[in-house]
Amino acid sequence: MSFKPALPSARHLIIAVPWFWLALFFLLPFLFVLKISLSEPTLAQPPYLDLIREIEDGFVTIVVNFSNYQLLLADSLYLSALLGSLKVAGISTLLCLLIGYPMAYAIARSPSHWRLPLLMLIILPFWTSFLIRIYAWIGILKTNGLLNNLLMGMGLVDSPLAIMHTPIAVYIGVVYNYLPFVVLPLYATLIRLDLTLLEAAADLGCRPWKQFLLITLPLSMPGVLAGAMLVFIPVMGEFVIPDLLGGPDTLMLGKLMWTEFFSNKDWPLASSLAALLLVALILPFVLLRHFERRAEEAAT
Amino acid sequence: MKPRLPLLISILLFGYAFLYIPIVSLIVYSFNESRLVTVWGGFSTKWYGELLQNEQLLGAAWLSIRIAALTASLAVVLGTLAALALVRFRRFRGRGSLEVMVTAPLVMPEVIIGLSLLLLFVALETLTGWPAGRGMDTIVIAHTTFAMAYVAVVVQSRLAHMDLSLEEAALDLGARPLKVFFTITLPIIAPSLVAGWLLAFTLSLDDLVVASFVSGPGATTLPMVVYSSVRLGVSPEINALATIIVGLVSVAVLIAGGLLWRQERRNRLSAD
Amino acid sequence: MSRARQFTPEEPWQAPEGEPIVRIENVTKRFGTFYAVDDISLSIHPGEFFSLLGSSGCGKTTLLRMLAGFETPTSGRIFIDGQDVTEVPPYERPVNMMFQSYALFPHMNVADNIAFGLKQDGMPRAKRNARVAEMLSLVQIEALAKRKPHQLSGGQRQRVALARALAKHPKILLLDEPLGALDKKLREQTQFELVNIQERLGITFVVVTHDQEEAMTMSSRIALMHEGRIEQVDPPRRLYEFPSTRYAAGFIGSVNLFDGYVIEQDDDQVLVQCDEADLQLQVRHSQPLVPGMAVTVALRPEKVRVLEQHDTDAPNQLRGIIKEIAYLGDVSIYHVELASGKRVQFTQSNIQALAEQPLTWDEEVLLGWSANSCGVLTE
Repeated sequence: MSFKPALPSARHLIIAVPWFWLALFFLLPFLFVLKISLSEPTLAQPPYLDLIREIEDGFVTIVVNFSNYQLLLADSLYLSALLGSLKVAGISTLLCLLIGYPMAYAIARSPSHWRLPLLMLIILPFWTSFLIRIYAWIGILKTNGLLNNLLMGMGLVDSPLAIMHTPIAVYIGVVYNYLPFVVLPLYATLIRLDLTLLEAAADLGCRPWKQFLLITLPLSMPGVLAGAMLVFIPVMGEFVIPDLLGGPDTLMLGKLMWTEFFSNKDWPLASSLAALLLVALILPFVLLRHFERRAEEAAT
Repeated sequence: MKPRLPLLISILLFGYAFLYIPIVSLIVYSFNESRLVTVWGGFSTKWYGELLQNEQLLGAAWLSIRIAALTASLAVVLGTLAALALVRFRRFRGRGSLEVMVTAPLVMPEVIIGLSLLLLFVALETLTGWPAGRGMDTIVIAHTTFAMAYVAVVVQSRLAHMDLSLEEAALDLGARPLKVFFTITLPIIAPSLVAGWLLAFTLSLDDLVVASFVSGPGATTLPMVVYSSVRLGVSPEINALATIIVGLVSVAVLIAGGLLWRQERRNRLSAD
Repeated sequence: MSRARQFTPEEPWQAPEGEPIVRIENVTKRFGTFYAVDDISLSIHPGEFFSLLGSSGCGKTTLLRMLAGFETPTSGRIFIDGQDVTEVPPYERPVNMMFQSYALFPHMNVADNIAFGLKQDGMPRAKRNARVAEMLSLVQIEALAKRKPHQLSGGQRQRVALARALAKHPKILLLDEPLGALDKKLREQTQFELVNIQERLGITFVVVTHDQEEAMTMSSRIALMHEGRIEQVDPPRRLYEFPSTRYAAGFIGSVNLFDGYVIEQDDDQVLVQCDEADLQLQVRHSQPLVPGMAVTVALRPEKVRVLEQHDTDAPNQLRGIIKEIAYLGDVSIYHVELASGKRVQFTQSNIQALAEQPLTWDEEVLLGWSANSCGVLTE
């Protein structure tokens, strides 16, 4: 540690400014989510009743209302939205890994002067707009879209395939948008892999595909798991992709929350859904931190 | 061990085709005469003309750019401070919580960030009168909060790889810590600050969900306009807009790549 | 040099009927336009402790990697135990390698690392466990079986790497700078241990090293390599006493070189005129030489004596002034400047130096050596 500011206040300032910003605008808001999720909806602006109410001069009462959570448990819609989110997040995480791992592997094994351009090409599409990338898929997947025109033109199918507004379209959209989040951490672990370990395995009688299974794959696990969590967590709350590419049967928490908030103006119910989502994400988040730390340790 | 080349090359070709076909199709159809996006009706640039006459869209774009520039600048300051704290100060009270708060926004679903910040702003307004209504300010605050986490990650990795003896040499030669920071540390981490700024700018420009929650009646950003027009159906103007964005991004990347290449070549020449 | 190795009387490379275990025939390895290994032929015999010695970039590691199968020769053939293995992949060769970096699998504990090669062969569990235990005790790390590589010291890792490479009882063990990562003290200790293990198991060892002392201490024979070629292959003592080229003479130990030409040769003595030192040198040499031929006379510094007075009957005497003295504890090195300006080095053990009147700077000395103490180099 060489950079020790002479004034003790400089050190404090460097720590305190970002800390308080994040505490105020990232941490504190969760408490409000919790608070509003326990309040009653009402037709007003803002559309909820405060927990703390003044009944008569000076007398204050706290009204806690669990009905939002009761509703979440009672109505199977919310449970199936949770399951739907888990399913979409789980399957698309798997798909991202299946496509991203070979790509990261191929980039890591390519000649060194190719690696940077190849990585840039992975990231480049993500500097364009997220919405526009999904929009591009609408043009490709819809009933009279590019893909169906192509397939029918080649005589592979007689009638257009119904991909748009199905789970398949959602998976395509998610994989397309989240692919770099698995490729980058996987590349980082694969490029650090000591290739003499593979030579040692070969020397001890291990064939190439077994070298991959016994050495490369286990040693890239921190990258696999970090990448998986980087996809899984945000997809759990994804709204835009299921909304634009999915159909009415694509039930996901993020989409449902949006509907409760913007269409039904039910802030308390939306808040309790957010709280539910948050709880569902604690474990994956802890896992992510764990594997990122392990990947860092492996690097040093 | 030689990897099997044809297999690796076909994997890469397949992967990059998957990534680029949608973008290429957008660009091609932006020059389509026909309103039907997927039927080729001849070459035309008329959608660019219509795009430039779309007042609502241009207004939203201007607002988004201003928000993104403000966000990026704020996020670079806050994110750099956070990175400095985490890399340079090994032990301090609140380190654990700062680490979590810097990582969490990277993965936190946007709907949660958006809703929670809106509820905070509403509560703050009733308690303190600030922020009076929601609009550009609240969007900038919300965007800065998640963008600074990205900046912190970028700057952190640069700081971690920096040779500390450079700062020690400057201190040894009599420069005071603040001077060392501005004359040694800052120039060395400058490329990561630029990268962080651009990243924050793009994230802000791209955000639909968070902005939808924390924006007010007067503040409609570009993604909101695009979203509502996409919901209504495919529109060739969006293709034109996408092409312009792709063009700008490509030019920026080419310039950055050229600068990097030149710097690398200069380093190599001076090393010889 | 620390230790001259004692060998069983039958030196395998001398026996004409002995079948070599490694035969390298005209092997060349080219990377682009660079010849890493340039037309090398070499035989290594069963039970040898064979060293490939040379400075970095001489091609020794490339040659070792071709024996292991990680590189394929551009041309030439490699035979192991009579079988042509030139195109055989590493995982099908009856050789194992100890890597310079050790290449221990970081996600497996010590026992699993050692068992790895046995598992690849499908050895039954009970037999495998017994072999692992045997290897652990061979390198004396029984207590570390359950540790992960990152919990081990450098010396312990080296032992695990050795045990892992030996576990399959390979026909040949290849060792790439086996002691390179250890500190000096540990290195000296481990040299003898490696030799003991090699003698106990009777496995042929092929070692790559850049450290001449290490090669001299451990090897039965040394191949000295330079720019992709072999300069000389000989047991350590011969390599030191009778270097065959200028490079070999200069690489191993220190040497004084006198350039000159042959005046005459009778029986086993050559008379060489050396203009730079302005004298004639008598050298023992039995191979026939042509008068007038340019040669170099090599003289080891420790073979030089300081003479009390000039002896007209003895050959090889010269006068000079001591210009530099380097005190190394056990010996001192003296640099003597001749009248012609040429410098000659000699060493004297310090017991001797202290007992007699100590030599000092700017002192004139008379140096001499016998015809047997120096050699003629023609290459």
